[in-house]
Amino acid sequence: MSTELRRVTYGNHGVARLTPAPDKPGPYMGMPKFSKAVKDELNLSVQRKNMRNATTTIRNKRALRVSESPDWDDLRDAAEAIKNRVGRHLDHYLVEAEKNLTANGVHVHWARDGEEANRIVAQIAKDKGADEVVKIKSITSQETDLNEYLEEQGIAAWETDLAELIVQLGHDRPSHIVVPAIHRNRAEVREIFLHEMKNYGRPAPEDISENPPELTNAARLHLREKFLRAKMAVSGGNFVLADTGSLVIVESEGNGRMCLTLPDTLVSIVGIEKVLPTFDDLEVFLKLLPRSATGERMNPYNSVWSGVTDGDGPQEQHVIFLDNGRTDVLADTLGREALRCIRCASCINICPVYERAGGHAYGSVYPGPIGAVLTPQLRGVDHPVDRGLPYACSLCGACNEVCPVKIPFTDILIKLRNKVVESEKSDKIPQDYEIAGEMGLMKTASWAFSDYKHFEAIQVGSRGMGRVLRGKKVGPVPVPVAQRWLKYRDVDAPPSDTFRTWWEKNREEKR
Amino acid sequence: MTTISTDPVARTEILARIRRASTDITNPDPVTDVPVEWKYGTGIEMDDVVGTFVQKVTDYKATVVRVKAADVPKAIVEGLKATGAQRSAVVPVGLDKSWVEAIKGAGIDARADEPQLSKEELNGTDAVVTASAVGIADTGSIVLTHVEDQGRRAITLVPDRHVCVIKASQVVSDVPEAIQIVKPSVHDGHPLTFISGGSATSDIELARVDGVHGPRKLYVIVVDDQ
Repeated sequence: MSTELRRVTYGNHGVARLTPAPDKPGPYMGMPKFSKAVKDELNLSVQRKNMRNATTTIRNKRALRVSESPDWDDLRDAAEAIKNRVGRHLDHYLVEAEKNLTANGVHVHWARDGEEANRIVAQIAKDKGADEVVKIKSITSQETDLNEYLEEQGIAAWETDLAELIVQLGHDRPSHIVVPAIHRNRAEVREIFLHEMKNYGRPAPEDISENPPELTNAARLHLREKFLRAKMAVSGGNFVLADTGSLVIVESEGNGRMCLTLPDTLVSIVGIEKVLPTFDDLEVFLKLLPRSATGERMNPYNSVWSGVTDGDGPQEQHVIFLDNGRTDVLADTLGREALRCIRCASCINICPVYERAGGHAYGSVYPGPIGAVLTPQLRGVDHPVDRGLPYACSLCGACNEVCPVKIPFTDILIKLRNKVVESEKSDKIPQDYEIAGEMGLMKTASWAFSDYKHFEAIQVGSRGMGRVLRGKKVGPVPVPVAQRWLKYRDVDAPPSDTFRTWWEKNREEKR
Repeated sequence: MTTISTDPVARTEILARIRRASTDITNPDPVTDVPVEWKYGTGIEMDDVVGTFVQKVTDYKATVVRVKAADVPKAIVEGLKATGAQRSAVVPVGLDKSWVEAIKGAGIDARADEPQLSKEELNGTDAVVTASAVGIADTGSIVLTHVEDQGRRAITLVPDRHVCVIKASQVVSDVPEAIQIVKPSVHDGHPLTFISGGSATSDIELARVDGVHGPRKLYVIVVDDQ
């Protein structure tokens, strides 16, 4: 890469960088917890509109493609069983995968945490004399903050997925695991391309419009020069097949194929849970994943490669098996069910909380229901961001229904809430008003249900409120906790009569 | 060659963590511990497998034509011209000789990938012509095993147009049958590429845009050999 590309970017206090610096703080870097972060996000009316349009579209597409598949529930059962087989015998399958990958000429590395994985990638790049890498969208590498690590080492990491490019050039962070720029509309994308592309390579045409095909073409040309000169690529992996030592990448744009095919060296960082026992198992997941993720019968491209092929593609390949908290998830007999996740995002697309809050409020690369169950398990519940995540949910259960690998989201969330409360209790003083509030509510409920006289006393109060409101919605009320809660909600007034009094009255009439 | 070597301590530690986390699992056999109720390799009932394939590929906005075996060379030339490939096309080393002659005969430069064309040469070539391994009717996918008549992976990726020939007898109903057919190639170390339409993205407002990094035009010739 030529040195004239080195520049001072916005938002990073005048430090020379190779790639655009993200403006927003990332996980662990001063991010407020969900309940605080969500307030700012809810005020972004353009983002809320973008999100509503996008999630509605993708939900409908998924529903249509699922309805075309008569054996959908059998597929889900098979996928659940296959992934459970892997989770319950992970050491067995990882060792088998390592053996077969090695036999195929792949260097296999193991990384206990993100820092260790990043260090291995940087070392390989330095050995190859590569001062830049092209990247296939990889949530695992976002989990380890690889781009920022490589930047510090003087290596430029270029995102090549269109949405990731929009996010990177926009000094932004992804807000979704399949469509990371879901929070941006075409006008915003045009602005970003027009102002930023020229700083990092081929500029966007001066007269570019908001038309998606025109914007896509600008990205094609901008990235093609990077593909053609790249010596090294970094990918994740959708699946690792233990019996054949193969890796699988499922994608749409062909940027994945570019990275997997053109550079001399390929490094793939894969979570240890991504192993499948056999090549045959691929049939189940290739039928489930595209329909669940993007609502396509099949995504445009799937690549399967079994190590180094003479005269075709990279002649040096590395796989890094990443733990980074996954073994902690595995240790919880209920929580480990989240390790079945194949990152399709159907839980995210159906989640009413995500649709309104957007992905940034979750303070993690995994937003939505999967983020709420996975992040506090991967990182623990010591940090306020992670403690808040099990509460970023209304327990509506829609995610349980759409998940292609049948993760019991709400069961895990309830267990995690319990864990958070226990951890707060052991800290003696509740530090968190929501958790303290919920503990208070539970105590009140416990008092109310302990004696029917208590319960009737509450009903008298509730009936009184119902008579005052006479069917009107409960609007903002000048009571501290209720005021905050009712700000974004419309709630029906309580009925002016209770079931118990109705029952007594009706029984009396019958007598 | 890279000097970095695997850290054996990290490996041992991660495997030890896994074993500590799995102490509740008493059956050491993964297969009997978690039976998978699924019949692998089963297709789906379909009245017209090839017709369904043609329809599903067309849904991706690819062009599909059906021809008799004798008409394949002519159809390839028509495909190249229809997609706008007037000047040049990459031809894999094992491509049918009569197809290559037809391309040359039409005044189009048929570039053999031997010795291998550079990335820049591929980038400057209009199209690629290949055979294929399997077609999948239910999903409208074509699988390449990158043997001699399909070429290495880069040649079907960098040029902007892909003219792909598939025999009707190569089309199966669904993904599971295709997986069984290509399995021996994978055991032989060949990479696989599944192609379902042209390269596409839905990253801007979830509006599907065809053509990002891969070939923007896919032209499929189905040979009626049955």
